[in-house]
Amino acid sequence: MTSQAPALLRLSGVSKRYGAVQANSGIDLAVLAGSIHAVLGENGAGKSTLMKMIYGVEQPDEGQILWNGAQVQMTRPSDAQALGIGMVFQHFSLFETLSVVQNVALMVPGKQADLAAKIKVLGEQFGLTVDPGAMVHRLSVGERQRVEIIRCLLLEPKLLILDEPTSVLPPQSVRLLFATLRSLQEKGMAILFISHKLDEIRELCDEATVLRGGRVTGRVDPRQHSAADLAKLMIGHEMPKLDAAKTRAAGEVCLSISGLSHRPKTRFGTALQSINLDLRAGQIVGIAGISGNGQQELAALISGEALSERAEMITLMGQKVGRMGPAQRRALGFAFVPEERLGRGAVPEMSLADNSLLTAHRLGMLRGGFIRRAAERAFTKDCIAEFDVRTPGPEAEAGAMSGGNLQKFIIGREIMLNPKVMLVSQPTWGVDVGAAAAIRRRLLQLRDQGAALLVISEELEELFEICDILHVLRAGQLSAPLQAANTTAQDIGAHMIGAQA
Amino acid sequence: MSALEFLLAGTLAAALPLLLAALGEMVVERTGVLNLGLEGMMALGAVIAFICVYHSGSHILGFAVAALVSAAFAMIFAGLVLGVRANEVAAGLAIGVLGLGLSALFGKTYESQTIKGLPDFGLPLLSNIPVIGPTLLTQDLVVWLTIIGTVVLWYVLNKTKLGLIITAVGENSVAARAIGYPVVAIRCAAVAFGGAMCGLAGAYAATVYTPLWADGMIAGRGWIALALVVFGTWQTGRVAFGAVLFGLLSIGQLSVQAMGVALPSQLLSSLPYLATILMLVVISRRRMSLG
Repeated sequence: MTSQAPALLRLSGVSKRYGAVQANSGIDLAVLAGSIHAVLGENGAGKSTLMKMIYGVEQPDEGQILWNGAQVQMTRPSDAQALGIGMVFQHFSLFETLSVVQNVALMVPGKQADLAAKIKVLGEQFGLTVDPGAMVHRLSVGERQRVEIIRCLLLEPKLLILDEPTSVLPPQSVRLLFATLRSLQEKGMAILFISHKLDEIRELCDEATVLRGGRVTGRVDPRQHSAADLAKLMIGHEMPKLDAAKTRAAGEVCLSISGLSHRPKTRFGTALQSINLDLRAGQIVGIAGISGNGQQELAALISGEALSERAEMITLMGQKVGRMGPAQRRALGFAFVPEERLGRGAVPEMSLADNSLLTAHRLGMLRGGFIRRAAERAFTKDCIAEFDVRTPGPEAEAGAMSGGNLQKFIIGREIMLNPKVMLVSQPTWGVDVGAAAAIRRRLLQLRDQGAALLVISEELEELFEICDILHVLRAGQLSAPLQAANTTAQDIGAHMIGAQA
Repeated sequence: MSALEFLLAGTLAAALPLLLAALGEMVVERTGVLNLGLEGMMALGAVIAFICVYHSGSHILGFAVAALVSAAFAMIFAGLVLGVRANEVAAGLAIGVLGLGLSALFGKTYESQTIKGLPDFGLPLLSNIPVIGPTLLTQDLVVWLTIIGTVVLWYVLNKTKLGLIITAVGENSVAARAIGYPVVAIRCAAVAFGGAMCGLAGAYAATVYTPLWADGMIAGRGWIALALVVFGTWQTGRVAFGAVLFGLLSIGQLSVQAMGVALPSQLLSSLPYLATILMLVVISRRRMSLG
C-alpha cells in the first residue's frame, strides 16, 4: 500500500447494528484507485450491510467513510453516485417491461437517442454488446448484467461495486466479464468485487478483505494464498469435505418423464419440448442451465403446481401423476423445495412452526381438524436442531431469517418427511458457503438412504459435486443424460449457451 | 331534441366524472398502489365543491377547493398504506366509507338545494356544423379542459422521463429504490394526484352535471371508474374510450326511459353497473386464457 496518495475509498471503524444483530463491527477497509479488491465472506458475514453503507442506502452507527481522504456523509444512493460510486446488484435492478435504453435513461441523464449511441460505443469498447432497443425481459441473464454494468459505466464511476456478479453466469460468460473488468481496471477504475467464490477471487483480485461474523478476519493478497487458506479465514475452520461420490448400483426408476411438452402460461414463460428423464432410487440427477430456460415450468410440472397435458407424461413411484395436484403427489412420497424461499417454500409472515405444518401436517400434527401445537413445535424444534438453523426458536417469523438459514429449515422440513423422491430447485441460491456445504451434505445423505433426488441449479460446481447424472435445460429442451464423472464444466457450459458441436 | 342529439350532447358530460376519477386512479395504480376509496373521495369532493359554489357562486373556487380537500383526504390513505404499511384494500375501503359519511354529514343542511351550472359554449366555426355542431361540439369549459388534460396526461406518461419513472416505480419498486428514486414520495404524490382528480370528478358531478345536492349522488361512479382502469389496461386512450362508452350507456338508458320503453326504470338505471360486472368478467376470462 502506498502511503503518499490517500486510498480512493477508506472505511475506518465502521459499525452497524440492526436490533440485536451486530451486522458490522469496526470494519476497516481501503480500496486503492485502479485495484480490484475482493470482499469475501459468507452470507450473513456482513457483506451486504457493508455495501449498503458504501452505496448510501444505510448509514453507519459508528466510524467514518473517507473518499479520496475526505470524510463523506451519504444518506441516499444518489449521494454515492454523485461521488463516483456505481453498483451492479446481485439481483438486477432492471425493469423488465422497459427497453434497455429506457432502463439506462432512468439513471443517466440525457436524450434516449444519445444514450443509445453511447451504449453502443461502450459496448464495443468493453465487450459489453447489447441492443439498446431490446426489451429487458427478452434478454438472457448475462445480457442483463451487461445492461447493469453499462448503466453504471455511463455515470463514469471511479469505483464500481459488483455484488456476486458471477453467481448466475455460465463459465464462458464469466470469462467475458473478467476480461471486461480487467480492461476497466486498466482505465484506472477501482472495482470492489463481492463474492464467496474463492477461485474467482484468486484469479481476478489484487487484494481481499475477508469478513466473518461482521468483523474483518483477514487482509490478504488472494494470489498468494490457496483457496483452502481463504476458506479458513472466511468460515473459521477447514471446509467440510464431501464424501466422494460412491459408485452404487442405481435402484428402480422412481420418477420418469416421457415426451413432456408444455406451452407457457405467461407471455414471459418458456415452452418445454418433449422432455425425457429417468430418476432412479439412490441417485442424484442434476439439471444445469441458466434460469429462464424452462426451469420454473419444469419444476411446476413435476411438483404438480401445473398439470401436464396427459397423465402418463409423468410417472411417480409407478403411478401416472401428470394430472394429479401437489397434495396427491406428496402423498406418494414426493417432496419439493422451490427456488423462491419466501412465498413458495415458506410463508414469510408465518412462524417456522406454522411453516412446518404446511407440508408436514401428515406427521401427526392434526387431530380432528385441529392443529396439535405440541407436535408442530416438536417437529420444528427437531428440524432447527438437526439442520443447524440459527434462529431464536420455532416462533420466529420465516420472513425475518437470512436466506441461508431459511433454506436450511425448508430443506430440513422436506427431508424430515422421508421422501422417496425429492425435487430441489436452486438449493443454494444466495446461501453462504458454510450453509451450502451443509445442504449439499444433507442431499447426499438422503441419496445414500435410497431416495431419488432431482436438483435444478445454475451453479455448475454444485452439480458436479453432488450429481451422478447431468442434463442441461436450454430453451425448453433437455439434453440427453451425461455421466457427471465423464463430463467437464466446459462441456456443460457449451450446452448452456447452445454452442455444443 | 331527437334521441341522437340528446346522446351527442350529453355523453361527454356524463363521461366526465368517470374519466377524471379513472385517470387519477390509473396514475396511482401505475405506481403500484391500489386505492379503492374513489367513491368516498368523489363524494367528499362533490359536497365541498357544492358548498363552495353555493356560498361564493364561483365554480373555479369550488373545483380548486374540492381538489385540494380530496387530495388531502387521500393523504390519509397514503399515510396508512405507505407510512404504517396498513393493508391497501382495507385502507382503501375505509377511506371510501369515511368519505361517503363525511359527504352526508357536510351536505345535510344543503339537501335538495340547487345552484347554477356552467354555460355550454361551442367551438368557434366548428359549432356551425349541422347536428354535431350544436350538440357534441357545444360543451362546458370543464369538458374542453379535460380533453386537453387527457392528451397532456398521455404525453407525460408515455413520452417523458416522469412517465418512465412512474412506470419503473410501479413495475419494480425495489429496483427503483436501489437506483436512487424516492419510491414512497413518488407514490405519495401519485395518491395525492388521484385524490385531486376524484375531487374534480365529484365537483363536476355536483356543480355542473347535476347542480343540485342530494346525498348519495355519486351513486357508484367511483366503482365504475375503478373498473374502467382495468378495462382500459392502464392506458390513457383506452381508459378515456371506456369512460365515453359508459357515458353513452348512462345517457342512453335515460333516453330509452324518456321514449317510454316498457322496461322498469330501475333495470335501465342499473345497466351501467351490470355492464361493469360483465366487463370485469370478460377481462379476467381473457386474461386467464392468455395466462
